Amino acid sequence: MKKFLTLALTAVMALSLLTACGSKNDNSADTNTDGSNTETTLSGTVSTDGSTSMEKVINSLGESFMAMNKDVKFTYNPTGSGSGIQAVSEGRCDIGLSSRALKDDEKASGLVETVVALDGIAIVVNPENPVSDLDIDTIAKIYTGEITNWKDVGGNDAEIVLIGREAGSGTRDGFESITDTKDACQYRQELTSTGDVINTVSQNPDAIGYASLSAVGESVKALTVGGVEATEATVKDGSYVVQRPFVLVTKEGTKLSPAAQAFFDYALSADAASIIAAAGAVAAN
Amino acid sequence: MFEAVVHGIFLLLGLITVGCVLLITVYLIISGIPAIQKIGLVPFLTGKVWSSTSAEPKYGILPFILTSVYGTAGAIVLGVPIGFLTAVYLSKVAPKKVRTVLEAAVSLLAGIPSVVYGLVGMLVLVPAIRKTFHLPDGASLFAAIIVLAVMILPSIIKVSVTALEAVPHEYEDASLALGATEVETYFRVSVPAAKSGIAAAVVLGVGRAIGEAMAVMMVSGNAPNMPGSIFESVRFLTTAVASEMSYSSGLQRQALFSIALVLYLFILLINAALNFFLKRDKEGN
Repeated sequence: MKKFLTLALTAVMALSLLTACGSKNDNSADTNTDGSNTETTLSGTVSTDGSTSMEKVINSLGESFMAMNKDVKFTYNPTGSGSGIQAVSEGRCDIGLSSRALKDDEKASGLVETVVALDGIAIVVNPENPVSDLDIDTIAKIYTGEITNWKDVGGNDAEIVLIGREAGSGTRDGFESITDTKDACQYRQELTSTGDVINTVSQNPDAIGYASLSAVGESVKALTVGGVEATEATVKDGSYVVQRPFVLVTKEGTKLSPAAQAFFDYALSADAASIIAAAGAVAAN
Repeated sequence: MFEAVVHGIFLLLGLITVGCVLLITVYLIISGIPAIQKIGLVPFLTGKVWSSTSAEPKYGILPFILTSVYGTAGAIVLGVPIGFLTAVYLSKVAPKKVRTVLEAAVSLLAGIPSVVYGLVGMLVLVPAIRKTFHLPDGASLFAAIIVLAVMILPSIIKVSVTALEAVPHEYEDASLALGATEVETYFRVSVPAAKSGIAAAVVLGVGRAIGEAMAVMMVSGNAPNMPGSIFESVRFLTTAVASEMSYSSGLQRQALFSIALVLYLFILLINAALNFFLKRDKEGN
Protein backbone atom coordinates (compact mmCIF):
# COMPACT_ATOMS: atom_id res chain seq x y z
CA MET A 1 0.00 0.00 0.00
CA LYS A 2 2.67 2.43 1.07
CA LYS A 3 4.81 1.46 -1.89
CA PHE A 4 1.93 2.07 -4.22
CA LEU A 5 1.32 5.51 -2.80
CA THR A 6 4.95 6.52 -3.06
CA LEU A 7 4.93 5.36 -6.64
CA ALA A 8 1.77 7.22 -7.49
CA LEU A 9 3.09 10.38 -5.90
CA THR A 10 6.42 10.14 -7.68
CA ALA A 11 4.61 9.59 -10.96
CA VAL A 12 2.44 12.64 -10.44
CA MET A 13 5.44 14.76 -9.55
CA ALA A 14 7.46 13.48 -12.49
CA LEU A 15 4.57 14.17 -14.84
CA SER A 16 4.04 17.69 -13.60
CA LEU A 17 7.76 18.31 -14.01
CA LEU A 18 7.65 16.99 -17.53
CA THR A 19 4.69 19.10 -18.57
CA ALA A 20 6.30 22.14 -17.04
CA CYS A 21 9.52 21.55 -18.96
CA GLY A 22 7.63 20.71 -22.11
CA SER A 23 5.64 23.90 -22.22
CA LYS A 24 8.70 25.98 -21.48
CA ASN A 25 10.64 24.37 -24.32
CA ASP A 26 7.77 24.87 -26.70
CA ASN A 27 7.65 28.56 -25.94
CA SER A 28 11.33 29.14 -26.47
CA ALA A 29 11.33 27.07 -29.64
CA ASP A 30 8.40 29.08 -30.90
CA THR A 31 10.22 32.36 -30.65
CA ASN A 32 13.23 30.82 -32.32
CA THR A 33 11.39 29.61 -35.38
CA ASP A 34 9.42 32.83 -35.61
CA GLY A 35 12.66 34.73 -35.74
CA SER A 36 14.56 32.55 -38.19
CA ASN A 37 11.95 30.90 -40.35
CA THR A 38 10.98 32.91 -43.38
CA GLU A 39 8.56 30.34 -44.82
CA THR A 40 4.88 30.82 -44.20
CA THR A 41 4.12 28.89 -41.02
CA LEU A 42 1.30 26.41 -41.00
CA SER A 43 -1.27 26.59 -38.30
CA GLY A 44 -4.45 24.79 -37.38
CA THR A 45 -5.15 21.25 -36.35
CA VAL A 46 -4.73 17.87 -37.96
CA SER A 47 -7.12 15.34 -36.50
CA THR A 48 -6.71 11.65 -37.14
CA ASP A 49 -8.97 8.88 -35.95
CA GLY A 50 -8.87 5.12 -36.26
CA SER A 51 -6.70 2.02 -36.01
CA THR A 52 -5.09 1.32 -32.66
CA SER A 53 -2.44 -0.76 -34.40
CA MET A 54 -1.17 2.34 -36.15
CA GLU A 55 -0.66 4.13 -32.85
CA LYS A 56 3.12 3.92 -32.88
CA VAL A 57 3.54 4.88 -36.52
CA ILE A 58 1.03 7.72 -36.50
CA ASN A 59 2.17 9.14 -33.18
CA SER A 60 5.80 9.25 -34.22
CA LEU A 61 4.82 10.88 -37.51
CA GLY A 62 2.63 13.35 -35.64
CA GLU A 63 5.37 14.21 -33.18
CA SER A 64 7.98 14.91 -35.82
CA PHE A 65 5.44 16.82 -37.88
CA MET A 66 4.59 19.01 -34.90
CA ALA A 67 8.28 19.52 -34.21
CA MET A 68 8.63 20.99 -37.67
CA ASN A 69 5.41 23.00 -37.57
CA LYS A 70 5.12 24.53 -34.15
CA ASP A 71 1.68 26.04 -34.67
CA VAL A 72 0.00 22.86 -35.82
CA LYS A 73 -1.81 20.75 -33.30
CA PHE A 74 -1.87 17.07 -34.17
CA THR A 75 -4.44 14.79 -32.58
CA TYR A 76 -4.90 11.05 -32.77
CA ASN A 77 -7.96 9.27 -31.51
CA PRO A 78 -7.38 5.52 -31.16
CA THR A 79 -10.81 4.06 -31.86
CA GLY A 80 -10.19 1.20 -34.28
CA SER A 81 -10.13 0.97 -38.07
CA GLY A 82 -13.89 0.73 -38.48
CA SER A 83 -14.61 3.79 -36.35
CA GLY A 84 -11.86 5.74 -38.09
CA ILE A 85 -13.31 5.05 -41.52
CA GLN A 86 -16.75 6.03 -40.25
CA ALA A 87 -15.37 9.20 -38.69
CA VAL A 88 -13.74 10.41 -41.89
CA SER A 89 -16.82 9.64 -43.98
CA GLU A 90 -18.90 11.70 -41.55
CA GLY A 91 -16.34 14.50 -41.59
CA ARG A 92 -15.51 14.17 -37.90
CA CYS A 93 -11.78 14.03 -38.57
CA ASP A 94 -9.33 15.08 -41.26
CA ILE A 95 -7.70 11.76 -41.92
CA GLY A 96 -9.03 8.31 -41.06
CA LEU A 97 -6.62 5.53 -40.13
CA SER A 98 -7.22 1.97 -41.13
CA SER A 99 -5.00 -1.07 -40.69
CA ARG A 100 -6.81 -2.94 -43.45
CA ALA A 101 -7.49 -2.10 -47.08
CA LEU A 102 -10.82 -0.41 -47.72
CA LYS A 103 -13.69 -2.65 -48.76
CA ASP A 104 -15.30 -2.13 -52.16
CA ASP A 105 -18.46 -0.60 -50.73
CA GLU A 106 -16.39 1.81 -48.67
CA LYS A 107 -14.54 2.88 -51.81
CA ALA A 108 -17.86 3.20 -53.62
CA SER A 109 -19.09 5.58 -50.94
CA GLY A 110 -16.36 8.03 -51.95
CA LEU A 111 -13.49 7.17 -49.64
CA VAL A 112 -9.94 7.12 -50.94
CA GLU A 113 -7.19 4.94 -49.50
CA THR A 114 -3.53 5.85 -49.49
CA VAL A 115 -1.16 3.24 -48.14
CA VAL A 116 1.34 4.98 -45.88
CA ALA A 117 3.14 1.92 -44.53
CA LEU A 118 3.15 -1.85 -44.50
CA ASP A 119 3.12 -3.84 -41.32
CA GLY A 120 5.13 -7.02 -41.79
CA ILE A 121 4.92 -9.58 -39.01
CA ALA A 122 7.69 -12.15 -38.71
CA ILE A 123 6.93 -15.66 -37.48
CA VAL A 124 9.80 -16.63 -35.22
CA VAL A 125 11.02 -19.93 -33.78
CA ASN A 126 14.02 -21.02 -31.77
CA PRO A 127 17.24 -21.31 -33.83
CA GLU A 128 17.48 -24.99 -32.77
CA ASN A 129 14.16 -25.75 -34.43
CA PRO A 130 14.67 -27.69 -37.70
CA VAL A 131 11.47 -26.28 -39.19
CA SER A 132 12.22 -23.25 -41.33
CA ASP A 133 9.19 -22.88 -43.57
CA LEU A 134 5.44 -22.95 -42.96
CA ASP A 135 2.59 -21.74 -45.10
CA ILE A 136 -0.01 -19.40 -43.74
CA ASP A 137 -2.73 -22.06 -43.39
CA THR A 138 -0.41 -24.23 -41.33
CA ILE A 139 0.45 -21.26 -39.13
CA ALA A 140 -3.25 -20.66 -38.58
CA LYS A 141 -3.79 -24.33 -37.75
CA ILE A 142 -0.90 -24.27 -35.28
CA TYR A 143 -2.24 -21.18 -33.52
CA THR A 144 -5.81 -22.46 -33.30
CA GLY A 145 -4.58 -25.69 -31.76
CA GLU A 146 -5.37 -27.97 -34.71
CA ILE A 147 -1.72 -28.92 -35.03
CA THR A 148 -0.05 -29.30 -31.65
CA ASN A 149 3.16 -31.19 -32.38
CA TRP A 150 6.17 -30.06 -34.36
CA LYS A 151 6.52 -33.51 -35.95
CA ASP A 152 3.32 -32.87 -37.94
CA VAL A 153 5.06 -30.04 -39.76
CA GLY A 154 8.42 -31.76 -40.22
CA GLY A 155 10.06 -30.94 -36.90
CA ASN A 156 10.98 -32.82 -33.73
CA ASP A 157 8.47 -34.80 -31.72
CA ALA A 158 7.64 -32.01 -29.29
CA GLU A 159 4.60 -30.04 -28.28
CA ILE A 160 4.34 -26.63 -29.95
CA VAL A 161 4.41 -23.79 -27.45
CA LEU A 162 2.37 -20.85 -28.71
CA ILE A 163 3.67 -17.46 -27.71
CA GLY A 164 1.53 -14.41 -28.42
CA ARG A 165 0.85 -10.86 -27.36
CA GLU A 166 -1.72 -9.48 -24.94
CA ALA A 167 -5.25 -8.62 -25.99
CA GLY A 168 -5.33 -5.17 -27.53
CA SER A 169 -1.81 -5.34 -28.94
CA GLY A 170 -1.56 -4.13 -32.52
CA THR A 171 0.78 -6.95 -33.49
CA ARG A 172 -1.65 -9.53 -32.13
CA ASP A 173 -4.53 -7.87 -33.91
CA GLY A 174 -2.52 -7.82 -37.13
CA PHE A 175 -1.38 -11.42 -36.85
CA GLU A 176 -4.83 -12.73 -36.00
CA SER A 177 -6.56 -10.81 -38.76
CA ILE A 178 -4.02 -11.85 -41.41
CA THR A 179 -4.14 -15.52 -40.43
CA ASP A 180 -7.88 -15.31 -39.82
CA THR A 181 -7.56 -16.71 -36.31
CA LYS A 182 -9.30 -13.92 -34.42
CA ASP A 183 -10.35 -15.00 -30.91
CA ALA A 184 -9.35 -18.58 -31.72
CA CYS A 185 -5.70 -18.66 -30.72
CA GLN A 186 -4.77 -21.06 -27.95
CA TYR A 187 -1.90 -19.09 -26.46
CA ARG A 188 0.35 -20.72 -23.92
CA GLN A 189 1.86 -17.35 -23.05
CA GLU A 190 0.55 -13.86 -23.64
CA LEU A 191 3.44 -11.47 -23.25
CA THR A 192 3.28 -7.71 -23.11
CA SER A 193 6.17 -6.70 -25.30
CA THR A 194 7.94 -7.68 -28.48
CA GLY A 195 11.15 -8.08 -26.53
CA ASP A 196 9.54 -10.59 -24.17
CA VAL A 197 8.27 -12.63 -27.12
CA ILE A 198 11.71 -12.74 -28.74
CA ASN A 199 13.33 -13.57 -25.41
CA THR A 200 10.93 -16.39 -24.62
CA VAL A 201 11.19 -17.91 -28.08
CA SER A 202 14.97 -17.76 -27.91
CA GLN A 203 14.85 -19.67 -24.61
CA ASN A 204 12.44 -22.43 -25.57
CA PRO A 205 13.32 -24.79 -28.44
CA ASP A 206 9.66 -25.65 -29.02
CA ALA A 207 8.21 -22.17 -29.02
CA ILE A 208 6.75 -20.21 -31.91
CA GLY A 209 5.91 -16.54 -31.74
CA TYR A 210 5.27 -13.48 -33.83
CA ALA A 211 6.82 -10.04 -33.73
CA SER A 212 7.25 -6.93 -35.79
CA LEU A 213 9.69 -7.49 -38.60
CA SER A 214 11.99 -4.75 -37.36
CA ALA A 215 12.40 -6.41 -33.96
CA VAL A 216 13.73 -9.76 -35.16
CA GLY A 217 17.39 -10.24 -34.36
CA GLU A 218 19.98 -12.98 -34.17
CA SER A 219 18.56 -14.80 -31.16
CA VAL A 220 15.57 -16.22 -33.01
CA LYS A 221 14.92 -17.65 -36.45
CA ALA A 222 12.34 -16.00 -38.68
CA LEU A 223 10.43 -18.59 -40.69
CA THR A 224 9.91 -18.25 -44.39
CA VAL A 225 6.20 -18.22 -45.10
CA GLY A 226 5.26 -20.21 -48.20
CA GLY A 227 8.94 -20.11 -49.18
CA VAL A 228 9.24 -16.34 -48.96
CA GLU A 229 11.68 -14.80 -46.54
CA ALA A 230 10.47 -11.93 -44.36
CA THR A 231 12.42 -8.88 -45.39
CA GLU A 232 11.57 -5.28 -46.08
CA ALA A 233 11.76 -5.96 -49.81
CA THR A 234 9.38 -8.94 -49.78
CA VAL A 235 6.93 -7.04 -47.61
CA LYS A 236 7.05 -4.12 -50.02
CA ASP A 237 6.48 -6.19 -53.17
CA GLY A 238 3.73 -8.15 -51.45
CA SER A 239 5.26 -11.62 -51.80
CA TYR A 240 5.59 -12.01 -48.02
CA VAL A 241 1.98 -12.55 -47.02
CA VAL A 242 1.98 -11.99 -43.26
CA GLN A 243 1.51 -8.28 -43.70
CA ARG A 244 -1.22 -5.70 -43.86
CA PRO A 245 -1.40 -2.13 -45.07
CA PHE A 246 -1.59 0.95 -42.87
CA VAL A 247 -3.97 3.18 -44.75
CA LEU A 248 -4.71 6.90 -44.62
CA VAL A 249 -8.37 7.33 -45.50
CA THR A 250 -9.64 10.55 -47.02
CA LYS A 251 -12.89 11.55 -48.61
CA GLU A 252 -13.05 12.16 -52.32
CA GLY A 253 -14.00 15.73 -53.23
CA THR A 254 -13.35 17.08 -49.74
CA LYS A 255 -10.31 19.31 -49.72
CA LEU A 256 -8.01 18.81 -46.76
CA SER A 257 -7.10 21.84 -44.68
CA PRO A 258 -3.58 23.15 -45.48
CA ALA A 259 -2.25 21.68 -42.26
CA ALA A 260 -3.85 18.30 -42.87
CA GLN A 261 -2.62 18.27 -46.47
CA ALA A 262 0.88 19.09 -45.29
CA PHE A 263 0.77 16.20 -42.83
CA PHE A 264 -0.60 13.88 -45.50
CA ASP A 265 2.25 14.78 -47.85
CA TYR A 266 4.76 14.53 -45.05
CA ALA A 267 3.61 11.03 -44.08
CA LEU A 268 4.18 9.87 -47.66
CA SER A 269 7.49 11.66 -48.10
CA ALA A 270 10.92 10.06 -48.08
CA ASP A 271 11.71 11.93 -44.84
CA ALA A 272 9.00 10.01 -43.04
CA ALA A 273 10.31 6.61 -44.13
CA SER A 274 12.94 6.40 -41.42
CA ILE A 275 10.41 7.43 -38.78
CA ILE A 276 8.00 4.76 -39.99
CA ALA A 277 10.80 2.21 -39.92
CA ALA A 278 11.71 3.22 -36.37
CA ALA A 279 8.09 2.65 -35.39
CA GLY A 280 8.32 -0.93 -36.62
CA ALA A 281 6.68 -0.77 -40.05
CA VAL A 282 7.88 -0.59 -43.65
CA ALA A 283 7.29 2.70 -45.41
CA ALA A 284 5.24 2.33 -48.57
CA ASN A 285 7.20 4.91 -50.52
CA MET B 1 2.46 30.99 17.98
CA PHE B 2 5.49 29.20 16.53
CA GLU B 3 4.27 25.95 18.09
CA ALA B 4 0.90 26.37 16.45
CA VAL B 5 2.43 26.99 13.03
CA VAL B 6 4.62 23.90 13.27
CA HIS B 7 1.64 21.86 14.39
CA GLY B 8 -0.29 23.16 11.45
CA ILE B 9 2.47 22.21 9.01
CA PHE B 10 2.74 18.72 10.44
CA LEU B 11 -1.01 18.27 10.26
CA LEU B 12 -0.96 19.37 6.63
CA LEU B 13 1.82 16.92 5.80
CA GLY B 14 -0.07 14.16 7.55
CA LEU B 15 -3.19 15.00 5.59
CA ILE B 16 -1.32 14.50 2.30
CA THR B 17 -1.13 10.77 2.99
CA VAL B 18 -4.75 10.58 4.06
CA GLY B 19 -5.73 12.63 1.04
CA CYS B 20 -3.91 10.25 -1.31
CA VAL B 21 -5.57 7.21 0.19
CA LEU B 22 -8.97 8.86 -0.07
CA LEU B 23 -8.31 10.02 -3.61
CA ILE B 24 -7.26 6.55 -4.77
CA THR B 25 -10.18 4.88 -3.00
CA VAL B 26 -12.77 7.24 -4.41
CA TYR B 27 -11.26 7.14 -7.87
CA LEU B 28 -11.13 3.34 -7.90
CA ILE B 29 -14.71 3.05 -6.76
CA ILE B 30 -15.99 5.61 -9.26
CA SER B 31 -14.13 4.09 -12.18
CA GLY B 32 -14.59 0.48 -11.09
CA ILE B 33 -18.35 0.45 -10.56
CA PRO B 34 -19.64 1.22 -14.12
CA ALA B 35 -18.21 -1.92 -15.72
CA ILE B 36 -19.52 -4.10 -12.90
CA GLN B 37 -22.95 -2.58 -13.44
CA LYS B 38 -22.79 -3.28 -17.18
CA ILE B 39 -21.40 -6.78 -16.87
CA GLY B 40 -23.24 -7.70 -13.69
CA LEU B 41 -21.52 -8.49 -10.40
CA VAL B 42 -22.13 -12.25 -10.50
CA PRO B 43 -21.03 -12.84 -14.13
CA PHE B 44 -18.03 -10.59 -13.49
CA LEU B 45 -16.86 -12.39 -10.36
CA THR B 46 -17.80 -15.94 -11.33
CA GLY B 47 -17.32 -15.91 -15.11
CA LYS B 48 -14.66 -18.37 -16.15
CA VAL B 49 -13.77 -16.80 -19.50
CA TRP B 50 -11.90 -13.57 -20.08
CA SER B 51 -11.64 -12.48 -23.69
CA SER B 52 -11.83 -8.73 -23.63
CA THR B 53 -11.14 -7.98 -27.28
CA SER B 54 -13.09 -10.70 -29.07
CA ALA B 55 -16.16 -9.96 -31.15
CA GLU B 56 -18.37 -10.92 -28.22
CA PRO B 57 -16.25 -9.90 -25.28
CA LYS B 58 -16.44 -11.93 -22.10
CA TYR B 59 -15.40 -10.44 -18.79
CA GLY B 60 -15.15 -13.19 -16.20
CA ILE B 61 -12.43 -12.72 -13.63
CA LEU B 62 -12.80 -15.93 -11.62
CA PRO B 63 -9.59 -17.32 -13.20
CA PHE B 64 -7.68 -14.24 -12.01
CA ILE B 65 -9.14 -14.35 -8.50
CA LEU B 66 -8.36 -18.06 -8.10
CA THR B 67 -4.88 -17.62 -9.54
CA SER B 68 -4.14 -14.80 -7.12
CA VAL B 69 -5.46 -16.85 -4.20
CA TYR B 70 -3.61 -20.05 -5.21
CA GLY B 71 -0.43 -18.18 -6.05
CA THR B 72 -0.42 -16.35 -2.73
CA ALA B 73 -1.28 -19.50 -0.80
CA GLY B 74 1.52 -21.38 -2.56
CA ALA B 75 4.00 -18.64 -1.81
CA ILE B 76 2.96 -18.71 1.86
CA VAL B 77 3.26 -22.50 2.05
CA LEU B 78 6.78 -22.35 0.63
CA GLY B 79 7.92 -19.07 2.13
CA VAL B 80 6.59 -19.15 5.70
CA PRO B 81 8.44 -22.24 6.95
CA ILE B 82 11.72 -20.99 5.49
CA GLY B 83 11.20 -17.44 6.72
CA PHE B 84 9.95 -18.46 10.14
CA LEU B 85 12.77 -20.89 10.85
CA THR B 86 15.31 -18.38 9.58
CA ALA B 87 13.85 -15.85 12.00
CA VAL B 88 14.11 -18.28 14.93
CA TYR B 89 17.71 -19.04 13.98
CA LEU B 90 18.60 -15.38 13.57
CA SER B 91 17.05 -14.17 16.78
CA LYS B 92 17.97 -17.05 19.09
CA VAL B 93 20.72 -19.30 17.78
CA ALA B 94 22.94 -17.53 15.28
CA PRO B 95 26.41 -16.36 16.36
CA LYS B 96 26.83 -12.63 16.04
CA LYS B 97 28.97 -12.71 12.89
CA VAL B 98 26.67 -15.08 11.02
CA ARG B 99 23.75 -12.97 12.07
CA THR B 100 25.29 -9.77 10.68
CA VAL B 101 25.93 -11.38 7.33
CA LEU B 102 22.49 -13.00 7.16
CA GLU B 103 20.67 -9.83 8.12
CA ALA B 104 22.53 -7.86 5.50
CA ALA B 105 21.54 -10.48 2.92
CA VAL B 106 17.90 -10.32 3.97
CA SER B 107 17.89 -6.53 3.74
CA LEU B 108 19.44 -6.73 0.30
CA LEU B 109 16.81 -9.25 -0.79
CA ALA B 110 14.11 -6.81 0.32
CA GLY B 111 15.67 -4.06 -1.74
CA ILE B 112 15.89 -5.92 -5.05
CA PRO B 113 13.38 -4.39 -7.51
CA SER B 114 10.61 -6.73 -8.54
CA VAL B 115 11.48 -6.43 -12.21
CA VAL B 116 14.84 -7.99 -11.40
CA TYR B 117 13.11 -10.94 -9.75
CA GLY B 118 11.00 -11.22 -12.87
CA LEU B 119 13.98 -11.07 -15.19
CA VAL B 120 15.95 -13.70 -13.29
CA GLY B 121 12.79 -15.81 -13.09
CA MET B 122 12.23 -15.49 -16.82
CA LEU B 123 15.79 -16.27 -17.86
CA VAL B 124 16.78 -18.85 -15.22
CA LEU B 125 13.78 -20.25 -13.40
CA VAL B 126 11.37 -20.73 -16.31
CA PRO B 127 13.82 -22.67 -18.51
CA ALA B 128 14.91 -24.68 -15.45
CA ILE B 129 11.32 -25.68 -14.67
CA ARG B 130 10.79 -26.64 -18.29
CA LYS B 131 13.83 -28.94 -18.27
CA THR B 132 13.34 -30.37 -14.78
CA PHE B 133 9.73 -31.37 -15.22
CA HIS B 134 9.96 -32.11 -18.97
CA LEU B 135 7.26 -29.59 -19.80
CA PRO B 136 6.71 -27.92 -23.14
CA ASP B 137 7.00 -24.57 -21.38
CA GLY B 138 8.09 -23.48 -17.93
CA ALA B 139 6.11 -20.27 -17.53
CA SER B 140 3.47 -21.32 -15.05
CA LEU B 141 1.76 -20.85 -11.71
CA PHE B 142 4.59 -22.88 -10.16
CA ALA B 143 7.23 -20.44 -11.41
CA ALA B 144 5.20 -17.54 -10.03
CA ILE B 145 4.83 -19.25 -6.65
CA ILE B 146 8.58 -19.74 -6.34
CA VAL B 147 9.33 -16.13 -7.27
CA LEU B 148 6.68 -14.86 -4.85
CA ALA B 149 7.95 -17.13 -2.05
CA VAL B 150 11.42 -15.61 -2.38
CA MET B 151 9.98 -12.11 -2.55
CA ILE B 152 8.01 -12.42 0.68
CA LEU B 153 10.92 -13.91 2.66
CA PRO B 154 12.38 -10.55 3.80
CA SER B 155 9.13 -9.22 5.25
CA ILE B 156 8.40 -12.49 7.03
CA ILE B 157 11.92 -12.78 8.45
CA LYS B 158 12.22 -9.17 9.58
CA VAL B 159 8.85 -8.93 11.30
CA SER B 160 9.25 -12.36 12.91
CA VAL B 161 12.71 -11.50 14.22
CA THR B 162 11.36 -8.33 15.80
CA ALA B 163 8.52 -10.27 17.40
CA LEU B 164 10.81 -13.01 18.74
CA GLU B 165 13.25 -10.50 20.17
CA ALA B 166 10.46 -8.74 22.02
CA VAL B 167 9.84 -11.90 24.07
CA PRO B 168 11.12 -11.12 27.62
CA HIS B 169 14.33 -12.97 28.53
CA GLU B 170 12.83 -14.02 31.85
CA TYR B 171 10.45 -16.40 30.05
CA GLU B 172 13.32 -18.18 28.36
CA ASP B 173 15.52 -18.17 31.44
CA ALA B 174 12.70 -19.66 33.48
CA SER B 175 12.13 -22.37 30.91
CA LEU B 176 15.83 -23.22 30.78
CA ALA B 177 16.05 -23.22 34.58
CA LEU B 178 13.21 -25.74 34.68
CA GLY B 179 15.35 -28.10 32.62
CA ALA B 180 13.97 -27.59 29.13
CA THR B 181 16.52 -27.80 26.33
CA GLU B 182 17.24 -24.76 24.21
CA VAL B 183 15.24 -26.03 21.24
CA GLU B 184 12.30 -26.84 23.50
CA THR B 185 12.51 -23.36 24.94
CA TYR B 186 12.50 -21.68 21.52
CA PHE B 187 9.54 -23.58 20.18
CA ARG B 188 7.47 -24.03 23.34
CA VAL B 189 8.11 -20.67 25.00
CA SER B 190 9.52 -18.01 22.67
CA VAL B 191 7.45 -18.79 19.60
CA PRO B 192 4.09 -19.01 21.39
CA ALA B 193 4.85 -15.74 23.15
CA ALA B 194 5.54 -14.10 19.81
CA LYS B 195 2.74 -15.72 17.89
CA SER B 196 0.77 -12.53 17.15
CA GLY B 197 3.84 -10.88 15.70
CA ILE B 198 4.58 -13.93 13.59
CA ALA B 199 0.98 -13.98 12.37
CA ALA B 200 1.38 -10.33 11.41
CA ALA B 201 4.50 -11.30 9.47
CA VAL B 202 2.55 -13.91 7.53
CA VAL B 203 -0.24 -11.43 6.73
CA LEU B 204 2.35 -8.92 5.56
CA GLY B 205 3.74 -11.61 3.28
CA VAL B 206 0.27 -12.30 1.91
CA GLY B 207 -0.14 -8.61 1.18
CA ARG B 208 3.15 -8.42 -0.64
CA ALA B 209 2.43 -11.56 -2.66
CA ILE B 210 -1.07 -10.66 -3.75
CA GLY B 211 -0.07 -7.16 -4.81
CA GLU B 212 2.99 -8.11 -6.85
CA ALA B 213 2.57 -7.54 -10.59
CA MET B 214 5.81 -7.11 -12.47
CA ALA B 215 7.67 -10.21 -11.39
CA VAL B 216 4.74 -12.59 -11.80
CA MET B 217 3.84 -11.11 -15.16
CA MET B 218 7.22 -12.16 -16.47
CA VAL B 219 7.12 -15.76 -15.26
CA SER B 220 3.47 -16.84 -15.18
CA GLY B 221 2.78 -17.00 -18.92
CA ASN B 222 -0.13 -14.63 -18.59
CA ALA B 223 -2.75 -16.64 -20.48
CA PRO B 224 -6.19 -16.20 -18.85
CA ASN B 225 -6.69 -19.90 -18.05
CA MET B 226 -8.58 -21.28 -15.09
CA PRO B 227 -5.79 -22.50 -12.80
CA GLY B 228 -5.94 -26.28 -13.12
CA SER B 229 -2.47 -27.70 -12.74
CA ILE B 230 0.35 -25.69 -11.19
CA PHE B 231 2.30 -26.13 -14.43
CA GLU B 232 -0.20 -24.22 -16.48
CA SER B 233 0.09 -20.68 -17.72
CA VAL B 234 -2.06 -18.34 -15.62
CA ARG B 235 -2.88 -14.68 -15.11
CA PHE B 236 -3.07 -12.92 -11.73
CA LEU B 237 -5.42 -10.05 -10.78
CA THR B 238 -2.51 -7.63 -10.83
CA THR B 239 -1.16 -8.77 -14.18
CA ALA B 240 -4.63 -8.75 -15.72
CA VAL B 241 -4.73 -5.01 -15.09
CA ALA B 242 -1.12 -4.33 -16.01
CA SER B 243 -0.94 -6.35 -19.21
CA GLU B 244 -3.99 -4.93 -20.98
CA MET B 245 -4.09 -1.39 -19.66
CA SER B 246 -1.83 0.20 -22.26
CA TYR B 247 -4.03 -0.49 -25.28
CA SER B 248 -7.43 -0.86 -23.68
CA SER B 249 -10.48 1.18 -24.50
CA GLY B 250 -14.19 1.38 -23.66
CA LEU B 251 -15.73 -1.35 -21.54
CA GLN B 252 -12.45 -3.30 -21.54
CA ARG B 253 -10.73 -0.38 -19.81
CA GLN B 254 -13.56 0.04 -17.34
CA ALA B 255 -13.43 -3.68 -16.58
CA LEU B 256 -9.72 -3.36 -15.83
CA PHE B 257 -10.56 -0.71 -13.24
CA SER B 258 -13.12 -3.09 -11.78
CA ILE B 259 -10.40 -5.74 -11.46
CA ALA B 260 -8.26 -3.16 -9.69
CA LEU B 261 -11.18 -2.47 -7.36
CA VAL B 262 -11.50 -6.18 -6.53
CA LEU B 263 -7.77 -6.32 -5.86
CA TYR B 264 -8.07 -3.24 -3.67
CA LEU B 265 -10.79 -4.91 -1.62
CA PHE B 266 -8.50 -7.91 -1.13
CA ILE B 267 -5.74 -5.60 0.10
CA LEU B 268 -8.16 -3.83 2.47
CA LEU B 269 -9.13 -7.20 3.95
CA ILE B 270 -5.49 -8.13 4.41
CA ASN B 271 -4.73 -4.79 6.05
CA ALA B 272 -7.68 -5.25 8.39
CA ALA B 273 -6.32 -8.69 9.33
CA LEU B 274 -2.88 -7.18 9.90
CA ASN B 275 -4.31 -4.49 12.18
CA PHE B 276 -6.19 -7.13 14.10
CA PHE B 277 -3.04 -9.16 14.77
CA LEU B 278 -0.94 -6.13 15.65
CA LYS B 279 -3.57 -4.85 18.05
CA ARG B 280 -3.85 -8.22 19.73
CA ASP B 281 -0.07 -8.26 19.99
CA LYS B 282 -0.06 -4.96 21.86
CA GLU B 283 -2.84 -5.99 24.20
CA GLY B 284 -1.13 -9.34 24.81
CA ASN B 285 2.01 -7.66 26.10
